[in-house]
Amino acid sequence: MDSKKYKPQMGIFWWTDRWSSIKFILRELTSVAVAVYSIIFLFYVSSILQGKKTFEEFSESLKSPAFIALHCFILLCLVFHSITWFNLAPQAMVIKLGEKKVPGIVVALMNYAGWFFISLAILWLVTNLLGT
Amino acid sequence: MKKHSEPFWWTLFGAGGAVSALFLPILIFLTGIAFPLGWIEVPSYDLLQKWISIWPARILVFVIVSLSLFHWAHRFRFTLYEGLQLQNYHKIIAIFCYGSAIAVSVYSFYVLI
Repeated sequence: MDSKKYKPQMGIFWWTDRWSSIKFILRELTSVAVAVYSIIFLFYVSSILQGKKTFEEFSESLKSPAFIALHCFILLCLVFHSITWFNLAPQAMVIKLGEKKVPGIVVALMNYAGWFFISLAILWLVTNLLGT
Repeated sequence: MKKHSEPFWWTLFGAGGAVSALFLPILIFLTGIAFPLGWIEVPSYDLLQKWISIWPARILVFVIVSLSLFHWAHRFRFTLYEGLQLQNYHKIIAIFCYGSAIAVSVYSFYVLI
């Protein structure tokens, strides 16, 4: 066989053979959930800007079982995105303290702490500050 | 896509990945699940309106939405290349992905700012 002409023939379902490649494709597909929800969030905020009536109508439509189910599914994808993202963070973010490299686990934990803090802050803001 | 533009798209992808990982799960939990099901009381419209009228809040929303879209564009582009073996269509896929991210970002800028 002429090695220069060799081109591997891969079908479009090449990744279904191994669990690691399925996980890889699922991780990449969480980006679709990121895009879909960021657009829904944009609509949510813009409904507030458009007036009380629009906001109440939009809030009402979000109560439909189909929307709740969709949001639950997207939430699962987003949590998977966050976890895989923070676990990879040490490889992308090399932090040095003087001469020493900060261990990967510390970098990952810092990311998880940030996630926890931001989530808690928003939750606190909504339940304490905005509710009163 | 020219080679020298790759670091630019990668930076947007990375920033979007971080921002979406940090902010989106709690936001979808609130707006998509806890509010509609009544687990957490929705703040009154007047308060939400007052809050969103502060310009740093609107800029934050714009940054979250826009970077999340660029994160999708870059990652989805490579999912199509590798997952579906569509390397031959790389130009049209790149234009579609980055183009829609730019279009929706411009729209959100118009809506929010």
